Amino acid sequence: MPWTPAAKRYNVRLILLSLLYGAFLILAVYGFRHHLVAGATAWIVAILPALPLIGIFAAMGRYLVEEQDEYIRMLLVRQMLWAMGFTMSCATVWGFLDNFGLVGHVDGYWIVALWYFGQGIGACVNRATLGARAVCS
Amino acid sequence: MENRLRVLRAERNWSQGDLAERLEVSRQSVNAIETGKYDPSLPLAFRIAELFGLAIEDVFVSPSRAH
Repeated sequence: MPWTPAAKRYNVRLILLSLLYGAFLILAVYGFRHHLVAGATAWIVAILPALPLIGIFAAMGRYLVEEQDEYIRMLLVRQMLWAMGFTMSCATVWGFLDNFGLVGHVDGYWIVALWYFGQGIGACVNRATLGARAVCS
Repeated sequence: MENRLRVLRAERNWSQGDLAERLEVSRQSVNAIETGKYDPSLPLAFRIAELFGLAIEDVFVSPSRAH
């Protein structure tokens, strides 16, 4: 697992954004459970936990730009392509099953979990085919 | 892409880590290039060749000429 300077910076950003996500999620759940938010505030508070996750996507993009090691960059791109393909495939299949009433409705934010799982698949494929994996998983 | 990286490195008694340090890339990159699993970009191929004081075609075998 090569810890390039860009990978270290990505990791710091990932940890900070994950902590922020946890804090915002607790805040939002508490606010809604205790009926402390309403109207426009409710919209803002509901969106708050999504913002650090969007930040993580941006951090991934920045890592891709900042990574100077072209081989590691190629591993990352492959990993992200696997994640994208896996997520889109799952969402499409589930969408049709849902549409025909064969499965229950699933909250949209689970797509993020699928994306991360897809990254894991990509890392395994990199490991199996090239014998290496990037840190972004 | 076939190449003479392993031989050139061995002639200088460099480990993959030594070469990676000189090229400012990860050891995994050197290993992937050496084993032909990854074809370097033209700028990196030039850096490798220049490090050994050779022309690119003295380090990397043209795919059309490889057997």
